[in-house]
Amino acid sequence: MPLLEAVRLALSSIRAQKLKSFFSLVGVLIGVTFLIAVVSIVQGMNVYMTDKFAGALIGVNTFQLRQTPNFTMGNTTEAQWREWQRRPRITVEDAAYVESHMKTPVIFARSGYDRRGVAWQGKLAKDITLNTVDAEFFQIKHWNIAEGRAFTPQEVNANAEVAVLGWELAQRLFTGRDPLGQTISIGGLPHRVIGVVEKQGNLFGISMDKFVVTPITSPARRLTNRPHVIDDLQIQATNPALMRAAIEEVGEIMRVRRGLKPSQPDNFQIQTAEGALSAWDKISRILFLALPGLVGISLVVGGIVIMNIMLMSVVERTREIGIRKALGAKRSDIMAQFVVESATLSLTGAAMGIVAGILLAFVIRAVTPLPAAVAPWSIGLGVGLGILVGMVAGVYPARQASRMDPIIALGHE
Amino acid sequence: MTDVIIKLAGITREYTMGTEQVRALRGIDLEIRRNEYVAIMGPSGSGKSTMMNMLGCLDTPTGGRYWLNGHEASQMKDDDLARVRNKEIGFVFQTFNLLPRASALANVELPLVYAGASGRDRRRRAEQALQRVGLGDRMHHKPNELSGGQRQRVAIARALVNNPSILLADEPTGNLDSTTSEEIMRVFGALHSQGQTVVIVTHEPDIAAHAHRVVMLRDGRVDSDRTNPPRATGVAA
Repeated sequence: MPLLEAVRLALSSIRAQKLKSFFSLVGVLIGVTFLIAVVSIVQGMNVYMTDKFAGALIGVNTFQLRQTPNFTMGNTTEAQWREWQRRPRITVEDAAYVESHMKTPVIFARSGYDRRGVAWQGKLAKDITLNTVDAEFFQIKHWNIAEGRAFTPQEVNANAEVAVLGWELAQRLFTGRDPLGQTISIGGLPHRVIGVVEKQGNLFGISMDKFVVTPITSPARRLTNRPHVIDDLQIQATNPALMRAAIEEVGEIMRVRRGLKPSQPDNFQIQTAEGALSAWDKISRILFLALPGLVGISLVVGGIVIMNIMLMSVVERTREIGIRKALGAKRSDIMAQFVVESATLSLTGAAMGIVAGILLAFVIRAVTPLPAAVAPWSIGLGVGLGILVGMVAGVYPARQASRMDPIIALGHE
Repeated sequence: MTDVIIKLAGITREYTMGTEQVRALRGIDLEIRRNEYVAIMGPSGSGKSTMMNMLGCLDTPTGGRYWLNGHEASQMKDDDLARVRNKEIGFVFQTFNLLPRASALANVELPLVYAGASGRDRRRRAEQALQRVGLGDRMHHKPNELSGGQRQRVAIARALVNNPSILLADEPTGNLDSTTSEEIMRVFGALHSQGQTVVIVTHEPDIAAHAHRVVMLRDGRVDSDRTNPPRATGVAA
């Protein structure tokens, strides 16, 4: 019997018993829904992490010289943690040493940070990120100024008591009034507002606009670090092609400065966007490892359900099988009929699962900050698994059907 | 000898039912020629049904040999038997045995599906067969939308559609009233007069009277084999 004929026959028997067919393919439906939705979310996260997360938190073509990593999403052992704490802090002198020995063309910005309350005329905004930095910080961050201006290297040298606000902070404190020229209090220390940074938006639902930036020489500097200590030296390669060379050069310069022997590991951290992403890579790998198990269980259950339904169907249709055999159906014809029917049933479930999975991905994108992007390969995989599960589940019932004795089958009521 | 469609030589068939050995057929010798109209009769337990299954290649004998249109069916395996049923035999059953969800046309097309005919060819031949039994205007009806007589006509059309060597009917009027029975028997008579070989298995003398030859079975053997006097509806072979 030709395949097309078998598929048509299968569709008509599925249509004849819609509700039963639907219940029998629910398992496959759930499995494939799961597959599509999880892959969509992980893929979406991948895009998000590489495009936005790394760019926003570290900066494009930028790396940081630090005491310890600032992204530790994976597991950190106790020993690792203690080793990090024993490392010397990065100092202003370290930064000056690196700057003076660096040959690769780069831009530097020393930076320190903390979380503080910022107040103006009795209004207090709590938990604001305070950055005390060099003037080049704005360039490294690619921040555009919405109002006023950023501070200059001269102001940094002159210990100017100035501040540039993040968009949301400016909105909260000044609610529509002009913030420029106003004096705000950062942790009790007065600074004059000279600019507001353009709106940056959200990352995972967290506002990126709740910050204040002051020169690394301003009074607020006392709030972020002890004298001579900085949190990180931010380094941006002016030419993206020289990024790797710059990273290596900074590492070598620091090893020389710290007097490390070749056998000793680095006692400082060079944090890159890739480094931050490696933690995410670990998470997505775990998800992709867990995914086959979850999908597999649903599909096995779905397959068993289909097999049972098909076995029942074979018994119910004993007489039909007898008739077909009497009219000349060979074993292989009956076998093909039931395997194709089972595969069609399962594929229908998979198709529904694909639609449900895509819808689920869109719903997740709409109601959570998690992005979701449907991966075409996961749709292909869903279709393939659907057919495979159906065929495997159909073999045993089809075999039972094909081996029936036509005389007994015809006598069946 | 090409005229002989069916030749049975010393056919036996034994079953084991529980611990009991049942000898349903105990040595049957029989020849049926092309365009014969034969009724096989006998009381229940005479081996009629087994004989029917044997002739229809639904069953194989324990002993003896069976030639159908020159092929020896007694030694065939499953798939060869299926092929012979498809090509050489047209079954008509007492309970019609139509597929309930399929239209009359689709039911009649079924043997052609297994014969590997193309969709267009199938449709054309199925339509012709339905017209032959007078159901040209009922092709798209489902079996439950047809009367008993019409259903049996669909079954006859299905039996005829692949031009079988023999039309093999098992109590074809067993589920029909007497008027409809006569109508169906007229269809058989007409087909026979067009050259079709017809074998009817029945226990009703009225039905057997339509045939030109009556083979009577008793206890798994041929008890008598006689020719009926010619009737007005057909010509003796």
